[in-house]
Formats: sequence, structure tokens, C-alpha cells
Amino acid sequence: MTPPTLEVRNLRTHFFTRAGVVKAVDDVSFTVERGKVLGLVGESGSGKTVTGFSILGLVDPPGRITGGQILFKGTDLATLSEAQMRDLRGNRIAMIFQDPMMTLNPVLRIDTQMIETVLAHARVSRAEARQRARDALGQVGIPSPEERLAAYPHQFSGGMRQRVAIAIALLHKPDLIIADEPTTALDVTIQGQILAEAQKLCTQYGTALIWITHDLSVVAGLADDIAVMYAGKVAESGPVSEVLDAPLHPYTRGLIGSVPSRNHRGAPLSQIPGMTPSLLNLPPGCAFRARCPRAEARCAEPPPFAEYLPGRHARCIHPHLAEVAAA
Amino acid sequence: MTVFLLRRLLQAVGVVLAMSLLVFLGVYAIGDPVEILISPEADQIERERAVKALGLDLPLWQQYLVFLGRALQGDLGRSFVFNEPALRLILQRMPATLELAFGATIVALLIGLPLGLYAGLRPKSALSQGIMAGSILGFSLPTFWVGLMLIMVFAVQLGWLPSTGRGETVEVLGMRWSFLTRDGLAHMAMPALNLALFKISLVIRLTRAGVRETMLMDYVKFARAKGLSPARVTFVHVFKNILIPVVTVVGLEFGGTIAFSVVTESVFAWPGMGKLIIDSINVLDRPVMVAYLMIIVLLFITINLVVDITYSVLDPRVRLEGKA
Repeated sequence: MTPPTLEVRNLRTHFFTRAGVVKAVDDVSFTVERGKVLGLVGESGSGKTVTGFSILGLVDPPGRITGGQILFKGTDLATLSEAQMRDLRGNRIAMIFQDPMMTLNPVLRIDTQMIETVLAHARVSRAEARQRARDALGQVGIPSPEERLAAYPHQFSGGMRQRVAIAIALLHKPDLIIADEPTTALDVTIQGQILAEAQKLCTQYGTALIWITHDLSVVAGLADDIAVMYAGKVAESGPVSEVLDAPLHPYTRGLIGSVPSRNHRGAPLSQIPGMTPSLLNLPPGCAFRARCPRAEARCAEPPPFAEYLPGRHARCIHPHLAEVAAA
Repeated sequence: MTVFLLRRLLQAVGVVLAMSLLVFLGVYAIGDPVEILISPEADQIERERAVKALGLDLPLWQQYLVFLGRALQGDLGRSFVFNEPALRLILQRMPATLELAFGATIVALLIGLPLGLYAGLRPKSALSQGIMAGSILGFSLPTFWVGLMLIMVFAVQLGWLPSTGRGETVEVLGMRWSFLTRDGLAHMAMPALNLALFKISLVIRLTRAGVRETMLMDYVKFARAKGLSPARVTFVHVFKNILIPVVTVVGLEFGGTIAFSVVTESVFAWPGMGKLIIDSINVLDRPVMVAYLMIIVLLFITINLVVDITYSVLDPRVRLEGKA
């Protein structure tokens, strides 16, 4: 049996700041199979992006991966040298960043930024690299790619820049793409096109995708599985339709309730009271308990990340099992 | 681009006119050259003849117009002291100052950029802390003292380098240059280093600040996520972005160096423009002072233009348009 494209086990990434240890990622586990999409969901500051950077080995000091394993196609990335990691980055594992206005270097032409990516991982001529760059631009729907290659980033709109960033990620047909809120800064129509592009990619090349977002509707339409993060931990994970229809964790339930929908038009939106806790010196026990309607004394103990239903994990001692059974 | 250049040219004419008026008035205000130039024993008739010959009998505004009219024909007056055209006097000394300023700027970039880059990339290392401490010394040590120390160590005690003059020169394009001969270069080494000291510190600090800022940018992280080598990330992605502030400051500093390298030129007896202007001020040689200041104005205008054009080469977002 071939190992999954990516398996993250009990990943911990901590930042050792002067004010104390920030546990940005604290015991995160998930698996992404070949050609599948994992939606990594959570509020700002829940550790989604740091999880992405941890996989790429791009956590900058004072941050450090302090525990757990990242298995890429069965290989533990911690055992690789920096040179071997560099060879994976942009080649087998690519990342797309959140803000398309900031990801391209403003003083370098598009062709420079694409060709250097090709040449970093493939022994081909410059002309061949340029050809690949042009093909990739065409693939993401940029009109007249030949002319666009000679342009600078500021001559593109935000949506176009994100397409360029995606084209760069596609250059080597990677096994895994980590997309960090790639459509948050874009119009809904552009967002739709980019989502369709991503889906095509997964089916065509068997690329696995981690789609980091806080937009549940995007996850509902795109992902196969979902992992909901809260305060550096995975609160709940499972197949996307099951989790969204009948969440186990009270936090997931609150998150879904906060999404405005046409069904409850006019009715007041339900909110999660309070705000996300500071990751600095987080007290033991369930991080959500201060905001949880079901909290009780036992929640001060760290809850286990348990499999309550086949394929469905939750970090909660009193999950909404009755509601799941009713659904 | 053409519109931009034309507009710049018009602005330059305005600046030069305004400057000429200011310089003329200012120089007029500092004293009467007649007192210094004409021997005290001269009688009244001789005195008046001399004043007339120098054109000092006319009212100030007429003197200014005469000066302006001649200046348009490339004649900035004759030196009272040397009885030579002021412009020629200055131009004779210009190569010495120019090559010294260029030398100092090149030294500053060659030393400042790598050190600043290192200090920016490894801000916590002991070497970086040392570099930054050294740059404070470079800012604060007075030029004349460092110059004297250099002479003490390298000329007097070690005897490695000559302490005064330009050494052997070669004539190219009708001007004498030192940097083309070994001996000339040896003579240039100490004054250039002395003049560069402040600039090195400046370039180090600018480069370090630029690197620290740029390293945090998303596009640098993205470049790393593309699997590029650290060398490529540093020298292509970071370096090109930090050049703009460096070019600005080094450009302006360059003008300052040419105009005001008086101290270094005096310490090393370097026969450049700085020494000429100090001597001229001492004897109130008005035409030379005026001509010198006019040339400096032109120089600054030119440097600013070159800096602006360099921007557009370095940063594609800068477009040189005809807009004000």
C-alpha cells in the first residue's frame, strides 16, 4: 500500500519569544491522500499558516518545530538535510500565499521569477524553462502569456498575480500544494475560477491539496476532508460533508452557526461569545472551555483527541453525539 | 521620459538663476576685495583705475547683469589673484577632486555593501555587532584626525604609502589623472579611504536596515518556498530591493564629497577644488568663489537627475513621467 502524500503526526511548533513560549501549533495531526483536498479551517491566529510553514520547513526563529512527525510520501521530513528540503520546496511541495500583492517580488519581471523556479529543480535550458513558464501561465488562464512574461508584478491585478503565484506552484506538478487562504483577497468570481482550477489539478495530476481558509463555504465546495483548528490544536477532523452537517465539537458547531445563510434570513446570527485566547501561556485543559456552552469542571483537564465515529476525531469530552445520530 | 527630461531642464535653469543671484549677493556681502588686492601705498588714481578694471565701480545690479551676460557665454570672470579665467582654474583642479570622490564612493560601496548585508542577515552574531559598533566610530571620528592618524601609521611609521600630493599623473582628454598609474593610486589610497570612512558607515547602516526590512517580506519567504538557493534569495530578491535607498544617499553624498572634501584635501595636500576654494575665500577672490558655487549647483542638479534615472532602472514601479 502506498503511503499517503502527507501525514502529520502530533506536530508541535513553538515560538520562543521574550514574553514566553507561544504554542502556535500544538499537537496537530492530519492525513492528506493523493488527489484529495484537506480544508484546514480556523480563525486568525489558530495556527493554520504556521502549520503550512512547518511542513515546508520554513519556520523562522524564534520559532522551531519541537515535536511530532511530518511524513511526506512515507519520508520523515525531519531526517532530511536543508539541501534535500530545498529540493522538495517548490518542486514536490509548493505553497501559495495569502496576499497576492505581496508574494511576487516587485522589482523582478514575471519571467525571471518563474524561470528561476524551473531552473532551481530541473536541468533544462533557459529557453525550455521559459517555455514551461509560458505553458504554466496559459494553464491558469492568463491571456497572451508570452507578453505577460515580460511584465512586472505591479502591472497585474490582484487576481492575475494570484494566478501567477499558482502558475509558479504548478511549474513542477508537485505532489502537494499548500494553499494559504489564496482566494481571501480576491473577488468571488475570480475565487470561483481559481477553485475550479485547483479541483482540476487534483483530478488530473493526483496532486494533494491543503487548502487553508477561514471560509467554510469554500471548504464545503472544495475539500474532501476538514480539520478545524483552534488555538494551535485540531479541534475536530473528518470527512467534510459529515463534519459540516453534524459537527461533534462545540467550536465547530459555533463556527458553522456564525456563517450567515439564506435559510435564517432576518434571524439574528448566532455568535461564539468571547474571543480566541492568547497563545502565550495557554492554561491546560480545553482551550475553548471559556467560550463553550457545554463547559464543565472536567474541561480543565486536557481532553484527548479521540475517534468518536469512524474517521471522525474530536478533541472534546462531551461531543455532540446525539445530534450526529439524529442527523 | 523626454517630457520628464525637458521639464527637469527647465527647473534646472530656474534653480541656476536663483542660485546665481544668491551667490552673487552673498559673496558681495562678505567683504570688499579692493582692500586686500590693492597695495595700501597705491594712490587714489591707481586705486580707481584698478576698481574700474575689475568692474567694481558699477552698481551691484549692473555688476550682476554683466556677470550673467558673460556667464551665458561661458565666461565666469577672471580670478583677481591668478589673473586667469576662473572657470579654467576650477576645471584644472576638478579631475583631482573627481577621482578622489569616485575613489571614496567606490571604496564605500565595496566595503559597506557586503558588511551591511552580513549585519542584516545575521543581526545577532558577534561580527555583526562589531560591524555596527565600528560604523558608529566611522560616523563620529573627525575626518582630519583620522587623516592625520592614517599619515602617522602608514606614511610615517610603516612608510608604505606617500602622504601628500597626487603622484604620477597621466593626461587623458586634456586632463591629468592619478588613478591610471601605480604611483598615483598609491597616493590616492589614503585620502580616498579617509574620505570614504563616513560613507562606509552610512552604507553599512542603510544596507543593514534595508536587508532586515526586506527579509520579512512575503516575497522573500515565497522565494524560499520556491526552493531557491539562499544565495539567489539574498543577491537577487533581497539585494535589488535595498539598492534604492542606497543609491539615493550615495548619490547625494557624492555631490557633497566633490563640493566639500576640503578637509581631506588639506590634510593630504591633494590639489583639488576644495583647496582652491578655501584659498580663494581667504583672499576674497570673488570670481573663483562664484564660479565654484555655480559649478557645484550644476553638479548637484546633474547628480539628482542621474539618481532619478537610476530609480527607474532599479524599480519598475517608478515611471519618469512629465507630471509635476
